[in-house]
Amino acid sequence: MANWVGQAWDRIEDLRLLTGRGRFVADLTAPGLVSVAFVRSPHAHAAINRVDLEPARRTPGVVAAFSGADLAPHIALGVTEQPPLALQAVHYVGEPVAVVVAEDRYAAEDGVEAVAVDWTPLPVVTDVRVALAEGAPTVVAGRPNLIAERRIGYGDVAAQFARAAVVVQERLVIHRATAQPLETRGVMAIPDPDGSGVTVWTTTQSPHELRRSLARSLRLSEDKVRVRTPDVGGSFGVKNRLYPEEVVVAWLAMRLVRPVRWIEDRLEHFAATQHEREQVHEVELAADAEGRLLALRDRFVVDNGAYVRGGVTVMQRTAMTIPGPYRLPALEAVGRLVRTHKTPIGPYRGAGRPQGCFVMERMMDRLAEAVGQDRAEVRRRNLIPPDAFPYATGIESPERVVYDSGDFPAVLEEALALAGWDQAAARIEAARQEGRWIGIGLAMNVEDTGGGGYEGARVRVDGNGEVTVYSGAVAQGQGHETAFAQVAAEVLDLPPERIRVALGDTDDIPLGIGTFGSRATTLAGNAVRESAIAVRRQIVEWAARLLEADPEDVVWEGGAAYVRGVPERRISLEAIAARANPLTPIPMGPEGPLPLGLEATTYFQSAPTYSSGCHACWVEVDPRTGQVRVLDYVVVHDCGRMLNPKLVEGQIYGGVLFGLSTVLLEELRYGEDGQLLTTTFLDYPLPTTTEMPPLRIAHRETPSPRNPLGIKGAGESGTIPALAALTAAVEDALKPFGVHLTELPLTPERLLQALAQSQSRP
Amino acid sequence: MAEASIQPLTVTLKVNGRDYTVTVEPRWTLADVLRHQLGLTGTHVGCEQGVCGACTVLVDGEPARSCLMFAVQMEGHEIVTIEGLTPEAGLSPLQEAFHRHHALQCGFCTPGMLVTATALLNQGKPLTEETVREALSGNLCRCTGYQFIVDAVMDAQGGK
Repeated sequence: MANWVGQAWDRIEDLRLLTGRGRFVADLTAPGLVSVAFVRSPHAHAAINRVDLEPARRTPGVVAAFSGADLAPHIALGVTEQPPLALQAVHYVGEPVAVVVAEDRYAAEDGVEAVAVDWTPLPVVTDVRVALAEGAPTVVAGRPNLIAERRIGYGDVAAQFARAAVVVQERLVIHRATAQPLETRGVMAIPDPDGSGVTVWTTTQSPHELRRSLARSLRLSEDKVRVRTPDVGGSFGVKNRLYPEEVVVAWLAMRLVRPVRWIEDRLEHFAATQHEREQVHEVELAADAEGRLLALRDRFVVDNGAYVRGGVTVMQRTAMTIPGPYRLPALEAVGRLVRTHKTPIGPYRGAGRPQGCFVMERMMDRLAEAVGQDRAEVRRRNLIPPDAFPYATGIESPERVVYDSGDFPAVLEEALALAGWDQAAARIEAARQEGRWIGIGLAMNVEDTGGGGYEGARVRVDGNGEVTVYSGAVAQGQGHETAFAQVAAEVLDLPPERIRVALGDTDDIPLGIGTFGSRATTLAGNAVRESAIAVRRQIVEWAARLLEADPEDVVWEGGAAYVRGVPERRISLEAIAARANPLTPIPMGPEGPLPLGLEATTYFQSAPTYSSGCHACWVEVDPRTGQVRVLDYVVVHDCGRMLNPKLVEGQIYGGVLFGLSTVLLEELRYGEDGQLLTTTFLDYPLPTTTEMPPLRIAHRETPSPRNPLGIKGAGESGTIPALAALTAAVEDALKPFGVHLTELPLTPERLLQALAQSQSRP
Repeated sequence: MAEASIQPLTVTLKVNGRDYTVTVEPRWTLADVLRHQLGLTGTHVGCEQGVCGACTVLVDGEPARSCLMFAVQMEGHEIVTIEGLTPEAGLSPLQEAFHRHHALQCGFCTPGMLVTATALLNQGKPLTEETVREALSGNLCRCTGYQFIVDAVMDAQGGK
């Protein structure tokens, strides 16, 4: 049997994408297609007195225009907290208020310009402290400013603090940021000819969830809504969950009985697609005199923005990530999710975990300082040993956290060796002699991946012997087509080129959740395996019937079957498939008929698996300019058995740069009036080829016992520890200046400020 | 908006060696006309702010942002898009190198990257990792972290 799983196979999706033949939502078209543009709020908080659409309707090329009041009677409100088009008031800059449909996007934008809205500006809250203060203005009428408070923890925190020899405290601030996939969001809806249903092509990460939410919004049964995803140009979490524009566009298609398309522009994307990262933590860590952890207490606030999308998830994942690879006897993390007049937040790459890791790893560095130990040593001393699995951290809610496997000491030691930790002091000293300020940082993490639940796969061999894998676990660049083909190829003993993978059509498989939380490969990959095993069994049974043999005696090998010992009499998959998918009546033998078709659908369910890793990096800082250059970056990574090392490395390279840019470049800024000030790639720079650091990766493979493939998720672990590792390195480089880094991102401006405030001088 | 400013004009565009006569509004960008009038959807629009580079095409052999140009300006110029860089069958050596090095994930930035890299390779100068990084620094990619893209371009140097 060929071993396709584990090979660095080149991707099957590349051919179309390299030649300009990929099909993204903006590339799709349909006869009679009209384009949509949204009227969006210029205010962070205002009452809508009147929306005058008449001038828009008179604009050349405009087909129709609708306000929230026009839409409301036709759809079910309350599926999401945010109405698809604002009704009495707006609550963030960029909130959709009305929609204009026109022959092309240019005319639609002419129409948007012509719309006159009469507003009454209302008090604006952009700071969580203001939102929580007594007598604060209500951010959204009828809804509390404090959306949720969650206490996550275990153990007797007060008792542990009482016996502590050392307590370190810190206030940590992480500013707001955004994922910015290169392709913005987009939707194209095509009505059924009789107007009774709709096909929605969209950039979503979760087509089945979207089908359900859209069906509820449009008051249709799920079978009247078909959701499809074409090629999607990156997502990182922000294309997940129902968005207002998806409801509006689907409704418009049915209302106008015409295909309707909306493609978000970059300016809209900055304001209208979910943000994340913004949190403030007040942390205390208790330890004994040897630096052994006793307890951690964290009070943190998450700025949710105006409406609830995925803020609770972000808050919970932050708290659950805090213990990381360490034995922490007691934890009390209390998070508060607070409403402000900003864009709603939702999870993206890391989903609150980078902040949780940042909290723990910053505190470990503080602890090392306080007890006068090496930063690596204090970590080493607290690691969960490799023989402790399954390891229950103590967290019971929102889910029980039990690490499945790992080897944290090995991960740490390998990273230290690769980064030259033991020679670091000498290297730093030598650099200082040359007038250069370099430093090294370290961070470890454990990440829940494949976050529970299930994902499915359907494997089908058609009447011509062509094999197709279907799944609800859609792709936005991860390489699922290749990974799933490798799994199916291994089980079916066929070359991967013979497997077609079709993702992103709710008509192809009844159930699905989607792609987020590093879950798709783990859950859907194992579902592909189970379905392929079932299909292989069917193939063998049919072959046995056709060969007049017992299935036990049939050998399946290289795409053909034969009776053991008689390899010259083979039947091909094509021949078996033709009989199993018959177009003419088939004679029944004395054994009775076999079930028809070569096809199986399975759903794989599992508790989370836990990936782990250690990042170590070298940076150089110029104290005159506040510029940071990353000199060397080491990742030691354990995501269980790797389906395809090439795909895993791609995730890590991308993930590290993603984290690097959160630390050094990205910050969404709001004015006090709630205006979003960063709305282009010039105000909000993304890293380019010149920021990519030299990166070295080492893999460890500790298989997960929770699934037959032994795999764990890999999509987010490049990002999660990067915030802490880089911050620690920058702080180390500036140690002689006594700089204390507690606020991200470390923009040149912020570093210069920290240098100016610091009392010490080298 | 003055009506006169959007009166359509008829222009002839030379794209991938072929002449197309199209009627366009003066305000339509080259990217939109390539995509929606000529059906050449391999050129992607990522920001319409001239920063991300996804819409890069060759204009008279030089990389240019098709989101910042109007189609009506393009008469008499030679435009090459990703479709024009793709052989009838299979992949070009540069495309092959991208495939081999896993230099793409979602593929949205890829056509722009390939166009920019083609212009660099066409200069025929010996490349260093530094010059490749510099040349590609105007093309954003959010998936790959760039290293494999740089590796692919370095590798394609021989084959191109």
